[in-house]
Amino acid sequence: MPIDKIFKDDASEEKGERARMASFVGAMAISDLVKSTLGPKGMDKILQSTGRGHAVTVTNDGATILKSLHIDNPAAKVLVDISKVQDDEVGDGTTSVVVLAGELLREAEKLVASKIHPMTIIAGYRMASECARNALLKRVIDNKENAEKFRSDLLKIAMTTLCSKILSQDKEHFAEMAVDAVFRLKGSTNLEAIQIIKKPGGSLKDSFLDEGFILDKKIGIGQPKRIENAKILVANTAMDTDKVKIYGARVRVDSMTKVAEIEGAEKEKMKDKVKKIIAHGINCFVNRQLIYNFPEELFADAGILAIEHADFEGIESLGLVTGGEIASTFDNPESVKLGHCKLIEEIMIGEDKLIHFSGCEMGQACSIVLRGASHHVLDEAERSLHDALCVLSQTVNDTRVLLGGGWPEMVMAKEVDELARKTAGKKSHAIEAFSRALVAIPTTIADNAGLDSAELVAQLRAEHHNDGCNAGIDVISGSVGDMEERGIYEAFKVKQAVLLSATEASEMILRVDEIITCAPRRREDRM
Amino acid sequence: MALAFDEFGRPFIILREQDQKTRLRGIDAQKANIAAGKAVARILRSSLGPKGMDKMLQGPDGDITITNDGATILEQMDVDNQIAKLMVELSRSQDYEIGDGTTGVVVMAGALLEQAERQLDRGIHPIRIAEGYEMASRVAVEHLERIAQKFEFDINNFEPLVQTCMTTLSSKIVNRCKRSLAEIAVKAVLAVADLERRDVNLDLIKVEGKVGGKLEDTELIYGILIDKDMSHPQMPKHIEDAHIAILTCPFEPPKPKTKHKVDIDTVEKFETLRKQEQQYFDEMVQKCKDVGATLVICQWGFDDEANHLLMHRNLPAVRWVGGVELELIAIATGGRIVPRFQELTPEKLGKAGVVREKSFGTTKERMLYIEHCANSKAVTVFIRGGNKMMIEETKRSIHDALCVARNLIRNKSIVYGGGAAEIACSLAVDAAADKYPGVEQYAIRAFAEALDSVPMALAENSGLQPIETLSAVKSQQIKENIPFYGIDCNDVGTNDMREQNVFETLIGKQQQILLATQVVKMILKIDDVISNSEY
Repeated sequence: MPIDKIFKDDASEEKGERARMASFVGAMAISDLVKSTLGPKGMDKILQSTGRGHAVTVTNDGATILKSLHIDNPAAKVLVDISKVQDDEVGDGTTSVVVLAGELLREAEKLVASKIHPMTIIAGYRMASECARNALLKRVIDNKENAEKFRSDLLKIAMTTLCSKILSQDKEHFAEMAVDAVFRLKGSTNLEAIQIIKKPGGSLKDSFLDEGFILDKKIGIGQPKRIENAKILVANTAMDTDKVKIYGARVRVDSMTKVAEIEGAEKEKMKDKVKKIIAHGINCFVNRQLIYNFPEELFADAGILAIEHADFEGIESLGLVTGGEIASTFDNPESVKLGHCKLIEEIMIGEDKLIHFSGCEMGQACSIVLRGASHHVLDEAERSLHDALCVLSQTVNDTRVLLGGGWPEMVMAKEVDELARKTAGKKSHAIEAFSRALVAIPTTIADNAGLDSAELVAQLRAEHHNDGCNAGIDVISGSVGDMEERGIYEAFKVKQAVLLSATEASEMILRVDEIITCAPRRREDRM
Repeated sequence: MALAFDEFGRPFIILREQDQKTRLRGIDAQKANIAAGKAVARILRSSLGPKGMDKMLQGPDGDITITNDGATILEQMDVDNQIAKLMVELSRSQDYEIGDGTTGVVVMAGALLEQAERQLDRGIHPIRIAEGYEMASRVAVEHLERIAQKFEFDINNFEPLVQTCMTTLSSKIVNRCKRSLAEIAVKAVLAVADLERRDVNLDLIKVEGKVGGKLEDTELIYGILIDKDMSHPQMPKHIEDAHIAILTCPFEPPKPKTKHKVDIDTVEKFETLRKQEQQYFDEMVQKCKDVGATLVICQWGFDDEANHLLMHRNLPAVRWVGGVELELIAIATGGRIVPRFQELTPEKLGKAGVVREKSFGTTKERMLYIEHCANSKAVTVFIRGGNKMMIEETKRSIHDALCVARNLIRNKSIVYGGGAAEIACSLAVDAAADKYPGVEQYAIRAFAEALDSVPMALAENSGLQPIETLSAVKSQQIKENIPFYGIDCNDVGTNDMREQNVFETLIGKQQQILLATQVVKMILKIDDVISNSEY
């Protein structure tokens, strides 16, 4: 009887315990994979792409690692997804969220093995995560009122974030830089206004924050290399041959002289356009599209600095920085807002020439120039800096901060343990398991640093028995210490997002009791 | 097998290419079909009820769906068996018609099939079983009508509606914040409902999702949300009291459909053409400005020049807005969709109180809110959540809740959930069975037994002793003659569904029974399956 043929060929179905086992195993494998990158002494991973060139990336950013993996296990994909979302939403904690979700599932597996129904576990986890969040809320520090204190908080958060990355050697330097950059944004979370330029050469220490704006372009030949009190017109217009846009138009001539005439008219048109642009009274013209030799020459004649082919982001942020509007028509010079800056000059970084706009009006945007030994280093540095910038910009909006170094986990674990003791019924097992999963994070951090994790965590737990304790693990010195004194801070928003998404993801995986895999779509050539 | 002989003993070929076909006939065909139907129902059985589990489905491209919505599971399952496909259709039609109870209907059909198999073994003819089922379903539906209760609500008192939606949501992963989601669903439905005609056009409710944030941030927006931003980065991000021109023509020079060529052969012509072009752009923008528009929403793209002119004239614009969104905007703002610039008039502009752009997270995700519209009949439910699968599942759950609220506005009758209605029906059908003389009596009894399987599955999924719980509830219903006792899935401590506030809509339940019966009848009537044997 054809009962077993409900599905198409190649489709498979896994049920009950087997399905659950498959998702547990997949999720744990993923969390074990990134586990070793957690914490300040976490290790990096080399990722080699299978594409052409076998490009190599060295990173310890959880989201980057997971993004590049080809995974077949459905549950593992859920974890990859939460890590990606964490990256988009808060920028940091991408590894922690996966590790926590993995630990939650590991604990859940033990509970399922001892015959506790997954729904009961979910109910327990939910209560625990609510309780943990409240515990954090009770202990947050908010220095919104005190600008100076807040700045120092931000600086500490940046250092905490950076210390787990390649930039840890110069973390003070980079933290300063990141905080300065974020403060310039004045509360907006638009990180595009912070431009990161990577130039190989020099050392990481030579990286710097530039108050102005740096455009990675060359100045046209024969044009001034230095302009003071520049008036800038930012444009997005065709400066090659200005095509007739009316549909169906084409040129049909019957003699050479006419060709010449029309060419002349075309040139005239371009000349007109350039004239109009010059009539704005500018001395710098930045265009998104190409500028051909002919108009370039005209600009050079008028003593105007013309920069071509600035990419779209470049144009947008230049508009932001200088306060000019992006123009495409030039008929009304009086109403177009021009951008201003004190000085435009060509500068050299390494052996590349760049154009530097300084003394800008708006000051919202800025550039960070990263220097480093190789492309890999620079890429990783950019990712790290990006993480730090994300966290900082989120913290500016949500000013609550926490201590770091496993302190929040211990605080949560303690409260959750209390809850477990008060709760009657099978749920309390799940709540207890939740607290064990939380403690796994400081344990992993200590393990990764090659410390005696059992000893340290036990010590930490004892310390946390006293109310209002600030103890955490200081990985650098390898001991338990007061986190407030050592200045290890983390943003509340990051911790909250880690907690909530990890619980949500593990709940989602736990609820599954059947996996149905459709037949993979066949490629044509294999048929 | 399919051979016949004529009077000379030569065989006829009735079925072409016989050896390539497999054929099942008679009782074997019925048995095979029933087995397939049961197999599908068995997959869904564990998803029923508030403690039901989810299924993880991996699509052909490796994409993952996690859901416990019956219709979605079956749709994504990619089944090959014909009978299994019928079950998929069944759940889909429940989804189209009612929107909720898609799992229940399949479980019900599965139980009916299981009972039918037993009757077949007794030697009862399939048609007699089908007829018996038909009679029984009539009895059940009538009984539902009897035990149904009208319940009153109005715009100011929508608490009963919220309670019903909560019943629907409690079986989904979102049950953590079912209260707020149920409120959102009810408010959304009430906002677009036409209470005079008792009709709700669900097209007016848009459900948008964005990954990030938490489920609690889900909100109801009295207006429209579009996943677009202003065409020029320096256009204003916040417009108050907007007059919106809704255009379906691009800000580009005209492209006549007829084939034509514009030949340029002299310098003068070149010059005039150039002027014309500039003038054209200018006119377009001027036209919008003249009628008093403060925001342009366009279905097509803009030329760079037009874009700058718009920016220059201080006329913010949004480009590449999809057709559906455009229609919604037109409905919400009371504007008209204008296909040509010449036809723009001040009356055709839509009006909105506030149009603002909002950015999310660390990446440059921006969305445009159009709020306080002239005609508040279009609303948007904006879902936030930890990951993509969560959002998708929430969307489906919200859809179910919206459907339930709509059904209640159409028809105010409710029955009690938690299996209470099924148990009551089962009792009624069982009692009615004795009145029917003939073989159908057995089929009707079988139907009553099949009805018990839904509360049984509920109890099983909630970790209760299924037989013990069911018999206890059943005797309680008979003893007190109150049809409100159901399975206590959430361990609240009472069986009275009135106290637990677990309702379902009457039409939903009726539809479930009718649809399930219909499909089972159809399956029972099949006595020959011919298929290509290559598969």
